[in-house]
Amino acid sequence: MSRFKKKKGKGSQTINTASLPDIIFMLLFFFMVSTTMRETQLLVQVKQPKASEVQKLKKKELVSYIYIGPPPEGRQAMLGTEPRIQLNDSYANLNEIRQFIVREREEMSEDEKKLMTTSLKVDQNTKMGIVSDVKEELRDANALKINYNTRKRDEENN
Amino acid sequence: MARRGIQEINAGSMADIAFLLLIFFLVTTTMDVDRGITRKLPPPVPEEEKEKIDVPERNVFVVLINSADRLLVGKYTDKRRMDITQLKAAAKDFLRPHPGNEAYPETKEKTIEGLGTVTVSKGVISMQNDRGTSYNMYIQVQDELAGAVRELRDEMAMQYFGKKFGDLKDEIAVKAIQKAIPVAISEAEPKNVGGN
Repeated sequence: MSRFKKKKGKGSQTINTASLPDIIFMLLFFFMVSTTMRETQLLVQVKQPKASEVQKLKKKELVSYIYIGPPPEGRQAMLGTEPRIQLNDSYANLNEIRQFIVREREEMSEDEKKLMTTSLKVDQNTKMGIVSDVKEELRDANALKINYNTRKRDEENN
Repeated sequence: MARRGIQEINAGSMADIAFLLLIFFLVTTTMDVDRGITRKLPPPVPEEEKEKIDVPERNVFVVLINSADRLLVGKYTDKRRMDITQLKAAAKDFLRPHPGNEAYPETKEKTIEGLGTVTVSKGVISMQNDRGTSYNMYIQVQDELAGAVRELRDEMAMQYFGKKFGDLKDEIAVKAIQKAIPVAISEAEPKNVGGN
């Protein structure tokens, strides 16, 4: 016991915080590497439906996204409430989808092309009419692998 | 301002700066994994080759969704209204092989690597929705049907390998189960009855 008592005499010791910035930088680099920047700014409101039989999408570079949903509330006076299609950073019409797929496909290498997946991020209140039209366009463009983006059911409790 | 040797730069705020950067990255980046139901669309068919593929009536299980998100489920001749909660059980019952039973789809014996000879059901689920159906309902139905297939696969994997289908690591086993219980969901072009 006497060994412990001796130390007390020296007054309170301060913890050396010189390595704290290094630790934080390490965390910072971890996040910089493992996360991705939000690429596109959403021009439509998308609240995906929930489902339980979901699969994870692997290889994000092979996935192209199509967003369908109503315009954001602030712009509904100008654009209306009808669901719109968004490709990349702008609204698009149905007939632009084929071009979009072709362009996305050109960026891929030959053996990746058949693994190309189109992820549909569709708002849950959208009617199926517009979704079917998009699917028909995708079929014609030969982009046959599709993924209905959903939230996992037990992720949130409502 | 008296100089007492070399002054050290105070590095105490370094941690704060790093924290600030860290928080900036936490906010502006995403790590979310994209999840969803993966489906394969049928390849495009040239207009002149379009013809009806003859599937015996007993092999087809019809799922109709109308513009008010209500379901009509069953055989061609015997469709009933159904609640979405019952759909999975009904689809499972239909897809499970019942050899020799006239009320269920035809079956055939198939030799599959890794399983031996198994009875495979020829049943197909035909799904059709209205243009006015909500996307949410459509996904719920897809989800229930996918759930039915997954549960059947789980059962079979349990029986043959003692594991759930999702836990199977062996490539051959996965392929074999997929062959024995295929995802037989076909979609017809939507009708426009209810209007948009």
